[in-house]
Amino acid sequence: MTASSCAQTWEPKIVAFLCHWCSYAGADLAGISRLQYPPNVRVVRVPCSGSVNPLYIVKALQQGADGVLVSGCHPGDCHYLAGNYVARRRFGLLKNLLEHVGVEPDRVQFSWVSAAEGQKFSQVIKEVTESVRKLGPATKLTKARRG
Amino acid sequence: MTQPAKPNGTTGAALVMGAGIAGMQTALDLAESGFYVYLVEKSPSIGGVMARLDKTFPTNDCAMCILSPKLVECGRHLNIETLTNAEVLSIDGEPGRFRVKVVQHSPYIDRSRCTGCGDCEKACPVSVTNEYEGGLIQRKAVFRPFPQAYPNAFTIQKAERPGCQVSCPAGVHAQGYVALVRDGKFNEAVNLVKRHNPLPGICGRVCHHPCEAGCRRGVLDEPVAICQLKRFIADYENQHPDAGLLPVPSEPRSERVAIVGSGPAGLTAAHFLALDGYQVTIFEALPVAGGMLAVGIPPYRLPKDILNTEIAAIQRLGVEIRTNTALGRDFDLSDLKEQGYRAVFLALGAHRDQKLNIPGEDAGGVLSGVEFLRDFNLGRQVQVGQHVVIIGGGNVAIDAARTARRLGSQSVTIAYRRSRQEMPAAAHEVEAALAEGIGIEFLSAPVEVLTRDGRVHALRCQRMELGPPDASGRRRPVPVPGSEYVIPADIVIAAIGQVPETDFLAQGETKSLVGRWNLLDADRDTLATPIPGVFAGGDAVTGPDTVIEAIAAGRRAAESICRYLQGVDLRGDRDFSRPELTVGKIPLAQATQGRQPMPELPVDARLESFVEVELGFSTEQAVAEAGRCLDCGICAECLECERACKAKAVVHDMTETERELEVGAVVLSPGFEASDASRLFPLGYGRFRNVVTSVEFERILSASGPYEGHVVRPSDHRVPKRIAFIQCAGSRDLKTGAGYCSSVCCMYAIKEAVIAKEHSTEELDITIFYMDMRAYGKDFEKYYLRARDEHGVKFVRARVYDVSETPPGNLLLSYAAEEGTVEKGEFDLVVLSVGLQPSRDLVQLASATGLAMDEYGYLRPSGPEPVSTSHPGIFVSGAAASPKDIPETVVEASAAAAAAAEVLSPQRWKLVKEKEYPPERPVQNRRPRIGVFVCHCGINIGGVVRVPEVVEYARGLPNVVYAEENLYTCSQDTQDRIKELIAQHDLNRVVVASCSPRTHEPLFQQTIREGGLNPYLFEMANIRDQCSWVHMHEPGPATAKSKDLVRMAVAKARLIEPLYRTPVPVTQRALVIGGGVAGITAALGFARQGFQTYLVEREERLGGRLRRLAFTLEGDDVGALLRRLEMELRSHPLVEVYTSANIESIEGFVGNFRTRLGLGNGAAIELEHGAVVVATGGTERTPTEYLYGQDDRVVTLTQLERMLAQDPGPVAVDQVKSVVMIGCVGSREAGHQYCSRVCCSQLMKNALLLKEGHPGAEVVVLYRDIRTYGLKEDAYRKARELGVTFIRYDEQNKPVLEAGPDGIQVVTYDPVLGGHVVIAADLVALAAGVEPAPGARQVAQTLKVPLNEDGFFLEAHVKLRPVDFATDGVFVAGICHAPKTVRESMAQALAAVGRAVTVIARDSIDAGGPVAGVSQARCSGCKTCEEVCQYQAIKVDPDKKKATVESALCKGCGSCAATCRCGAITLKGFTDEQILAEVVALS
Repeated sequence: MTASSCAQTWEPKIVAFLCHWCSYAGADLAGISRLQYPPNVRVVRVPCSGSVNPLYIVKALQQGADGVLVSGCHPGDCHYLAGNYVARRRFGLLKNLLEHVGVEPDRVQFSWVSAAEGQKFSQVIKEVTESVRKLGPATKLTKARRG
Repeated sequence: MTQPAKPNGTTGAALVMGAGIAGMQTALDLAESGFYVYLVEKSPSIGGVMARLDKTFPTNDCAMCILSPKLVECGRHLNIETLTNAEVLSIDGEPGRFRVKVVQHSPYIDRSRCTGCGDCEKACPVSVTNEYEGGLIQRKAVFRPFPQAYPNAFTIQKAERPGCQVSCPAGVHAQGYVALVRDGKFNEAVNLVKRHNPLPGICGRVCHHPCEAGCRRGVLDEPVAICQLKRFIADYENQHPDAGLLPVPSEPRSERVAIVGSGPAGLTAAHFLALDGYQVTIFEALPVAGGMLAVGIPPYRLPKDILNTEIAAIQRLGVEIRTNTALGRDFDLSDLKEQGYRAVFLALGAHRDQKLNIPGEDAGGVLSGVEFLRDFNLGRQVQVGQHVVIIGGGNVAIDAARTARRLGSQSVTIAYRRSRQEMPAAAHEVEAALAEGIGIEFLSAPVEVLTRDGRVHALRCQRMELGPPDASGRRRPVPVPGSEYVIPADIVIAAIGQVPETDFLAQGETKSLVGRWNLLDADRDTLATPIPGVFAGGDAVTGPDTVIEAIAAGRRAAESICRYLQGVDLRGDRDFSRPELTVGKIPLAQATQGRQPMPELPVDARLESFVEVELGFSTEQAVAEAGRCLDCGICAECLECERACKAKAVVHDMTETERELEVGAVVLSPGFEASDASRLFPLGYGRFRNVVTSVEFERILSASGPYEGHVVRPSDHRVPKRIAFIQCAGSRDLKTGAGYCSSVCCMYAIKEAVIAKEHSTEELDITIFYMDMRAYGKDFEKYYLRARDEHGVKFVRARVYDVSETPPGNLLLSYAAEEGTVEKGEFDLVVLSVGLQPSRDLVQLASATGLAMDEYGYLRPSGPEPVSTSHPGIFVSGAAASPKDIPETVVEASAAAAAAAEVLSPQRWKLVKEKEYPPERPVQNRRPRIGVFVCHCGINIGGVVRVPEVVEYARGLPNVVYAEENLYTCSQDTQDRIKELIAQHDLNRVVVASCSPRTHEPLFQQTIREGGLNPYLFEMANIRDQCSWVHMHEPGPATAKSKDLVRMAVAKARLIEPLYRTPVPVTQRALVIGGGVAGITAALGFARQGFQTYLVEREERLGGRLRRLAFTLEGDDVGALLRRLEMELRSHPLVEVYTSANIESIEGFVGNFRTRLGLGNGAAIELEHGAVVVATGGTERTPTEYLYGQDDRVVTLTQLERMLAQDPGPVAVDQVKSVVMIGCVGSREAGHQYCSRVCCSQLMKNALLLKEGHPGAEVVVLYRDIRTYGLKEDAYRKARELGVTFIRYDEQNKPVLEAGPDGIQVVTYDPVLGGHVVIAADLVALAAGVEPAPGARQVAQTLKVPLNEDGFFLEAHVKLRPVDFATDGVFVAGICHAPKTVRESMAQALAAVGRAVTVIARDSIDAGGPVAGVSQARCSGCKTCEEVCQYQAIKVDPDKKKATVESALCKGCGSCAATCRCGAITLKGFTDEQILAEVVALS
């Protein structure tokens, strides 16, 4: 497959870990409000952004995801008091590590979306999809290279 | 419905009126404490005002994020029966036994069927103001207040029946088809008309349209041209026959029905009977079908092709028409019976003209009008003369005249015996006739036909004048003597009315059918004749009448015949009454706009042919004309929602229901309303588009609001650069009837200002114009300072007195500054911080029930008992008692639950329901057998995602043994099916691919549990919110994504395991720490509900702060209160009091605490209890400033109060002539950066006592802001009225005191005077502020609960859990939480009881389920988990070096699992394995 034909057919595949209380609710509101966004994201629901193990992110990239989004409650809004702060600290570290091994920073993104922010959710998905599209397929961590 | 009735005893149920945050909290607390709750809410959804808020202060939490889980929790609670759209009509009875009448208004949608998919909303053509969005945008007549609403069902809003529909004899839904025309849904519109009237093209031309007479638009300018719109849609259907939505007949039935006469009555009856499946034959005497429509009305009014098309449509339904077959001539009724006709409808019409009864009538050239028209319409030879005179004033006369004119008569004259006003012919017909050159002789009656050679040559008439009214109500014409005159005529046409031809029936067996005037005799309602099976209607029964009356009769006859043939009572539940016409108010702002002109054929062209005169509206005209409809009925009853709803949930004729509920206690929490708009009119509201209320601005700010969170102004959607907030709009203003402070406006204005700044990408200038900044609540002062100092919000102390508009929609504010100068300022947007007022419903109910209200309409408690009303057993919470914010409302809600529970406690757990489940099917060690259910959600998913393809795909996934598609997976029938399929296919995991687990997971979990599966063996794929709705135009990718999501769900489902919650026993006793007013109230609260309670106090005596106070601002005698409380406490058998006692340790967790109490001299005791209330209190700060401690004449407010209560003090208080009080001493400044909340009220209390006791004494108050929030404002106003002087000072410019022998000289800067003033005081009293009591820190450490930076206890959530700690089973009350008044402390104490009882009311609590678990083998004891856990649910045993989870405390957030370095911790339900399976499945 030539590079140009690959560019035509390739669509970025993105995994989004959304916390149940805010971001997943924001995604629901985007749905209820019929806010259209690119169909590249697959959602994994988790109780709290604080429960997202860095391993999930690495594994997703290894398994062929081109991008990963983790989205939780706004600072101060965490249903579990401080889970999103825990997540924030953890992902700061992870990002450094990923950069260190050559994963572009835009592949792994974090955002805060509340249950009232359907519009913001759709915007975040658009932006993440676009920035991952620009980067092209992820290859750094994949075990099996794409054909 | 089981009605909980307990003869002669307490009923273990409560009624909560109002389901805002207060009502929901009360309901949840009561239901969790073992009582059944009826939650009555007026609107279609629970949630109240909070559901409309964007953020909440002072934490800027997203309101919806914290509210929506509560909506679901409350809505789904087994023991809370939510009655929405419901109102309380009356309350009777006494505590323990109340009877409450509740009316539940119809939502017109069956809530048990509605799936909330929103298809109805899309189909609805009617837009109305969206109240939820502050009126900034529109919503549909069928609506759900907000997307997260509970119940998540739609409601149809209907007003009075629209005048057009009411006025139509056939009840055609005129507003409906007008609305559909407006929406461009023309075929749908015709379809709607045909539900009542099968002849729209005919009626659109010849109907006398009483609908237009009933049209409310006519009051404003001209009625909507409803009739012409009907014609438009009928013509449209003719031109677009394929797009039509033809009615489909039901299954054919064998019964045959004969209809005699093919006029509008006969045709209509045939249409509806044929639709019901009957075999219908119409017998018509004339050679053509249509009756008068065919032979009475000339073609220029009703073209033959229109008539024939509509008749043909009826024939297509299977109706046979036999022309030239006359009853009496060709057959009789017995023949019909013999031929097998089971019923007959006689719709003979009235085709015989009445005689003139004048001489010469039988001469040649004298014709009858009906005959003349009939002959012409049948194409027979007709006599036409040069000079035609027509006698009569009805439509037949006009038709004959205009026909004669077209046939070439030179002169055509109509002679009518009354005046134009009485003329029965349609006005526009008369106009047209005049335009065509036809003369009308009014007040002229024929006397004789003058003949020559047996033929008419002239008509002698006489003039008439109008006498008194006759039986018809019209004035009777009376001949004028000697006024005879002659009109030349070669043709005279008599058109003075018709009668039916019924002679042949008036004999023999059918004699009974004919009554007087040759009319047929039929029941006026059912149309049944005296002969069974024979019905009669139309002109033959009524005499000549209108087409629409005949159509109405035809439909009525069809229904009667149907009933007759089915053996159903002809009357039954039929409503034959015609509803009364009510004309509602015209909206104020409605602009006038006349109706669309009807294009007509020019007069010249008309006279040459019989071509139709009226040409019909163009599409643009029709849509524009339909746009004039005022939507009187709101819902137009166009029935499009009914058609759109695949779940068949729409029930347009649903009626309201009334219920009488038996309850033991009632809690009123109806909330508040925003100030009337009329109060805001002077500030520009309603006059200028860019003056909005804070409620509207809240929606502007909201990400889910009308502008999606972009701060723009309504007029031009421009981003404002300067915004002004005007405070106290409708508050603190006696002129508008609201003398009180609304308590919340200062804070919400600051919040909105800060959020607006955060939302704004450009520089945004915000000024808040205020009188006093009332940031009196916990952490409010810091919020205020952050807004001012960090966000740059400007605060201007001024009173705005005028708002005017300057182009382009900007606003000019004129305001009086504090210094007295008049200033002006221009802004792009003005926000009015509107006040709160009691809900009108409550005022009404309170008066009906005899509850005491204050002058504002608040249920202000008369004594210190929290949440009480004047009626025992009826309690009040939230803003119905006084204006307040969310936390205080929630506090009162829990307090009301506790107060109600005191009444109900004998019946605890008696009425609550428990769900019984079948035993669980074993799944351990069995291969996963997964069932997948993919939902179409009507067309919401199926319209985009190719559902059958997804099902097929699911079938091929590993371990999937069954997959199917459902129209609605959440419908009751599918739920039952899932249960059956679990057994049939031995399913042990269920995956549903439909909508959001947030709304539907609990429902499906319950279903599979009922089907014998553990509820956690369930997974969802959200292919609606994440696929079909957000990729609506990409069916391919949406389908592919749906497959991915199903694959991920199945992958996880393979690994999920049953989870169990195990009961942990609860010690049903409480411990209260602190013996002040909060502690005592809490201990008594527990004891009154029957729970053993330990009260622990460090000091020797109980009472705390209460012992130092004398009065409250509300006038309570504090000493008496303390004595009463202490007496009850000491005598209560369930309370054990420990004074001089010290908490040494508290071990355990919720439901199971062990406390070691030191009792002094080394003795100790161990107590076991299930809950703890912390009420350690607070103290007055000891001032270090203003000569305090150096001069006896400087005291604190509390000391002053003791002196006023006759306790001896350093100064004889009755001798003082001048007192200065200084506010904010040590509060609101570095070191104490919080407002002590109580001091301003204490200032007022003491100032009033001084002024009332010593009117001559001068009292001066030096203050920074007066914070007499809520109803305390009354005291501030009273103090001013009594002559107390108020002088403001700044933090940077404090008063200076100098002690002298004769008094203390106080020097302060007066900003109003602009200079320093010197006051000589005998006594200076300092508002010294409040501090947490010593000992709080130790309790905090012992209980491991947090303190804030000021040393007050930090609750679990500032807004919604104000008395809970994050640690389960531990609660907080009183000043140790934040400064508060005696009454507020008591309310919070009772609230803590209300919350704590939800724990100790049961003998066990369920622990476990989706919580964390630790693999002991892998744990290294590193303690990282302990650090991240916010709930102290995970602990590392110091000896074993292993972590264990206390599952009763774990909330399942998973932070520990994600943090664990050894992978030892697993979050059940979300294990690493399960999540990774989803991730891997994706690749």
